[in-house]
Amino acid sequence: MNAITQGKRLRAKSLTLLGFTLILLFLLDIGLGSVRIPVSDVIKTLLGQQIDNSGWQGIILKIRLPRAVTAILAGAALSLGGLQMQTLFRNPLAGPSVLGITAGASLGVAAVMLAAGTVTTTFSIRELGVDGSWLIIIASTLGAALVLMLILGISFKIRDNVVMLIVGLMVANITIAVVSIWQFFSDPEQIQEYILWTFGSLGGVTNEQLGALAIIVLTGVILTFFLSKTLNALLLGEDYAQSMGLNVKWARVGIIATTSILAGAVTGFCGPIGFVGIAVPHLSRSFLNTSDHRTLVPTCALVGGILMLVCDIISQVPGSQTVLPINAITALIGSPIVIWIIVKRKNLKASF
Amino acid sequence: MMNETKTILSTTNLTVGYKDKKETKPVLSNLNLNLEKGKLTCLLGTNGAGKSTLMRTIGGIQKPLEGEVSMQGKPIRSIDAKTLSKQLSLVLTDRIAPGNLTVYALVSLGRFPYTSWLGTLSQKDKDIIFRAMEATGILEFANKHIGELSDGERQKVMIARTLAQDTEVIFLDEPTAHLDLPNRIEIFHLLRALAVESDKAILLTTHELDMALANADHLWLINQNQSIDSGLPEDLVLNGLLEEAFQRDQLQFDYELGTFKRTSTQSKTKVWLEGDVILKRWTRSALERAGFEVSPNASDIEIKISGSLKAPLWHLNYNDTTYKTIQELLIQLNTQ
Repeated sequence: MNAITQGKRLRAKSLTLLGFTLILLFLLDIGLGSVRIPVSDVIKTLLGQQIDNSGWQGIILKIRLPRAVTAILAGAALSLGGLQMQTLFRNPLAGPSVLGITAGASLGVAAVMLAAGTVTTTFSIRELGVDGSWLIIIASTLGAALVLMLILGISFKIRDNVVMLIVGLMVANITIAVVSIWQFFSDPEQIQEYILWTFGSLGGVTNEQLGALAIIVLTGVILTFFLSKTLNALLLGEDYAQSMGLNVKWARVGIIATTSILAGAVTGFCGPIGFVGIAVPHLSRSFLNTSDHRTLVPTCALVGGILMLVCDIISQVPGSQTVLPINAITALIGSPIVIWIIVKRKNLKASF
Repeated sequence: MMNETKTILSTTNLTVGYKDKKETKPVLSNLNLNLEKGKLTCLLGTNGAGKSTLMRTIGGIQKPLEGEVSMQGKPIRSIDAKTLSKQLSLVLTDRIAPGNLTVYALVSLGRFPYTSWLGTLSQKDKDIIFRAMEATGILEFANKHIGELSDGERQKVMIARTLAQDTEVIFLDEPTAHLDLPNRIEIFHLLRALAVESDKAILLTTHELDMALANADHLWLINQNQSIDSGLPEDLVLNGLLEEAFQRDQLQFDYELGTFKRTSTQSKTKVWLEGDVILKRWTRSALERAGFEVSPNASDIEIKISGSLKAPLWHLNYNDTTYKTIQELLIQLNTQ
């Protein structure tokens, strides 16, 4: 029994360590970029003190701070979405996008960008600035919600979670097919707009939107934490969960709804960011060697934030003017990390 | 009835099976069964006879087609999931493998119905978990991960989880299916001890006839009429119901050995056997495998077994020779 308290202490230590890493990378992410700003100046600015270079202050507060915060929020949200889907479906390949939530968001965005009529109207939406991006966010949220409603409706008819997973994948495929047909009949300029969105971007979120994103993601994180006991019970499968008094149907509704809020919001604001949602839950389980969601939920949120910050720093290509698409970086950097960890720590194979 | 007060779960005219839009497929019907506290009850049946279906139905996972399942006199359907989970716990056949979960964490999941929304364990919860792990003998691997355990250890962990759930009724679906003989015996003994010592009603399904006959206090035997005969194992053997339930072509129950045997249609050479009971039993087993029939009546071939258990001797009448092993004896018999 002594070893159990020892395990708790180890967990507390790991969480503290991850927290510090997150803060450090957060400061680095703000400091690095096309213009390099010393970390001391970054801290001063964030604490509200004046620094000599007012240009830097503008860059930090108007561009880099919202960007870094978005990275953390997006990383945490997608990771928690992935964690819940993997546990619900007891499938290591599940992620926040499996139920077609991301595809639904894409459909919404495609609807705005491709059906907006002529090229000029699309550009005029762009020129509206804030309003235009809000329109895209609302459309993508609606698209995600639409697919979600469909999935939830079907989920009441289906008992088996694996069948549910297959249905989700099919719905996602249908949604992607609709977008694809839409693209086929659209003008190249419109398609370009849409494709740019699919590259993903953490920089497009303005300060006003950041507030909304933060509220949605924090709500999702709290909801996920409230679901940890439910998720733990589901680790043994639905029959066991039910025999322990869990209402499996409502648990599923809760988990799918929470994941949709998290993944739908992030996809709307930042585009369809892949990979993070699948990889981070595995990394977290491997780091702490646990399946207990009371530990995994905070860990996934932190690891997700850290991974997105690292990817963002790299996508900025420090010291150059180039910015690479975040969606490519997450997979390009993340995949080797995951492979390395899987090979290095052999405790990952039997998570489900 | 003397044991009436001990009955904790009973079924009335229960029919279990599957139903879809077109038709209902009853698997077992007209079941009037009683499950008693302090007893290990084995549900015995062939593959596909409906063991799991019945267990899922009386466990409240699946709806009955007809009839009623009652827990302490209350219809199980009127009991909400949370209350039921404090009265009945399960070990299912699904091989669960959350590899990163520690044994302690898995056993503590049994406290699910009792803990707060976050699942925080109180001192009382921890004591119950400790006792559950102690009773099943898994304390030593409390901090191991499920992925590192053998099948037998894993099954004990699942049993410990049901003990942590602290229910009066425990159902186990094929708990010894993947286990080797020592582990099978250990699990059966553990379950019997739990039933007797903590006055729990334990029901398990199995298709292992010998284990059920040796360990069950009570047998629920799925017969060929899609119903169940219930009784003491030995009674069911002696009144022929057991043989009937497993009746197949070319299969015969050996009442002396308590196992089923294939009967061959070929005519067999009859052999008469005499000697010590144990030596006779094993000699007979070898002879029957080699295609001879041990006959209670006099025969042309007579084998007399003498000597001690450690150094037995087999004497064959027609060539008046004594053999030191059954192998040598069989070689001679086969060359005849």
